[in-house]
Amino acid sequence: MKRVFALTIVAAAAAFAATAASAQTLNTIKSRGVLHCGANGTLAGFGLPDAQGAWTGLDVDFCRALAAAIFNDPTKIKFVPLTAKDRFTALQSGDVDVLARNTTWTSSRDTQLGLNFTGVNYYDGQGFMVRKSLKVNSALELNDAAICVQQGTTTELNLADYFRANKMKLKTVTFASANEAVKAYDAGRCDAYTTDASGLYAERLRTVKPDDHIVLPEIISKEPLGPSVRHGDDQWFDIVKWTHFAMVNAEELNITKANVDEMSKSDNPDIKRLLGSEGKHGEALGLTNDWAYRIIKQVGNYGEIFEKNVGQASPLKISRGLNALWTKGGLQYAPPVR
Amino acid sequence: MSAVGDHRPPRVSPLNDPRVRSIAYQVLLCVVILFLVWGAVDNAIDNLAKARIASGFGFWNATAGFDISQTLIEYSTVSTYGRAFWVGLLNTLLVAALGIVFATVLGFLIGIMRLSRNLLVSRLAAGYVEIVRNLPLLLQLLFWYNAVLKALPELRDSILIPGGGFLNNRGLFLPQPVAEPGFGAVLAAFAVGIAGALAFRIWARRRQERTGEQAPVLAVALALIVGLPLVVFLVAGAPVEFVYPDRGRFNIRGGIEVLPEFVALLFGLVIYTAAFIAEAVRAGIMAVSHGQTEAAYSLGLRPGPTLRLVVIPQAMRVIIPPLTNQYLNLTKNSTLAVAIGYPDLVQVFTGTVLNQTGQAVEVVAVTMAVYLTISLVTSLFMNWYNARIALVER
Repeated sequence: MKRVFALTIVAAAAAFAATAASAQTLNTIKSRGVLHCGANGTLAGFGLPDAQGAWTGLDVDFCRALAAAIFNDPTKIKFVPLTAKDRFTALQSGDVDVLARNTTWTSSRDTQLGLNFTGVNYYDGQGFMVRKSLKVNSALELNDAAICVQQGTTTELNLADYFRANKMKLKTVTFASANEAVKAYDAGRCDAYTTDASGLYAERLRTVKPDDHIVLPEIISKEPLGPSVRHGDDQWFDIVKWTHFAMVNAEELNITKANVDEMSKSDNPDIKRLLGSEGKHGEALGLTNDWAYRIIKQVGNYGEIFEKNVGQASPLKISRGLNALWTKGGLQYAPPVR
Repeated sequence: MSAVGDHRPPRVSPLNDPRVRSIAYQVLLCVVILFLVWGAVDNAIDNLAKARIASGFGFWNATAGFDISQTLIEYSTVSTYGRAFWVGLLNTLLVAALGIVFATVLGFLIGIMRLSRNLLVSRLAAGYVEIVRNLPLLLQLLFWYNAVLKALPELRDSILIPGGGFLNNRGLFLPQPVAEPGFGAVLAAFAVGIAGALAFRIWARRRQERTGEQAPVLAVALALIVGLPLVVFLVAGAPVEFVYPDRGRFNIRGGIEVLPEFVALLFGLVIYTAAFIAEAVRAGIMAVSHGQTEAAYSLGLRPGPTLRLVVIPQAMRVIIPPLTNQYLNLTKNSTLAVAIGYPDLVQVFTGTVLNQTGQAVEVVAVTMAVYLTISLVTSLFMNWYNARIALVER
């Protein structure tokens, strides 16, 4: 049992590992030769191994970018599939180096849980999926409905808040994994299934007849999803943070996987600094100066991994929306490399 | 003239005295163990503080903010984490207690069936045991959960149960009896009935020991315990009102609600544990030498009383210890509820509460303490019972 194992690890690690919180993450990863990335494992578009065991997803590609920056090899990575419930324990105990598992950034997680969120790689919000046959058009009509939800998520809390705020009655049926929750919803145990909107589109495809289900228009919460690391290692925190910024900056500067070699000859100082031909910004992070070049060359810029995993090139066909660059009316904005 | 009677052992240095040495070693071991425990605790506190992870039990009175599907006590989303703990604990105790009762009944039945001289019956029981105990419990739970859900109709096609109940894939909904004034008399009659039955049994046993005459204890006890309250109930004019479940747009409200998750978990645990209990019962009965049965027959006892008065009491001594194990297993196995969405202690407390508060060390420690307590209390009781029925050697 993965859960019991992880819990034992955290107890044991807390008790005996004296170095757990020191600033050694990058060295540990380098000497280990492989990055441990906590990923979803069951959510199409964010983290899911295919039939051959090859992982795909937005969060998965984020971890690949990290591995590319550290090792110049995006395959030097071990994905650890985590449930919503076990993910923080796995990160706290050092089971994984970074948690990239569509995790909502909240104040209590940022403080009490001993985590640092490094940025937002997907702006999301919580929604509901219902059967068309119920003839429900709004979440406000769900008074008294039974709702299937995955355990250990902000979803669980938002749901209770939303129903309380609107003075509606609620019957929650809570499952440890999203798989079980969707299966129970599909079997008719619940009237609605709720999770982040991006997840709803992915989960809808897993129901027996996807066309029988609709996603309701209400978005009931803010869900800034992002990678997180443990407290206490600022260097590692910076690396993970700037990996995301590098990908966003690359998109803004129109550097893509295909044209990165050509772009590195550019005279644009912003591009020169990002790709490492000017300044020592990579070394300041504890990496090599071509860290961002490696990321873009081997994984791609933010827009590319978005389109490939959740956008128009994927079965989910989610539009950029809030996740467009700030120059195009979205919220994705990265500080400059200088 | 005095040295002859002096038998004192030669004086040895305390360093070589075996008694002193063994005590010293044990003290040393205790100190080492205490030091290790202290070191681990201190290190954990230190590391949690370094990682700036909150510690302590401050979360206990904080608002939980999540909903739980089955609550035996008052609970809402504004209740505290502490309240959620009690909800989870009661749900665990409910399923464990009912599971133990049903598994015992079914297990004894199957165990005795397996020893039947009727080939069909004994083979059926053997097949049951071999299939059930050789499949992982988690698979069985998932099977029962999906079997229960799939077999039942949707809300709008609910099966109507005569008397105002509903059965559908949201659960079983039954009218809930609510006591009205005057119901106290019925309860009093019930208590009087139990006391009366006990008194009658003691009297009957004494009389049998004195004179050998038997009295119809079972019939009298039934009349007192069931009949008396029933008469009072009718005389008082049936002082009970029923709250009927009411079908809304989405769900059914009111009445007694039995969740499919609960039914699936109870089914899975009972059926799985009963197979092991059946084996313990079979072993216990077979451990009683056949000569005992033959002796009873030769004294003129019929098969029924032979089983009840001669075989079972001796078999129980062999059955009780493994039975205790099975009770403990059932309680601990109930934590698999996590997989099928039944809100037991592990699902609620070690699941959602742990995740929301992030305080793994505290939450897991409390949960372990709870299961340890439940298990120790169960085995204490069973040990007491075992000692009571043990062979009294005169």
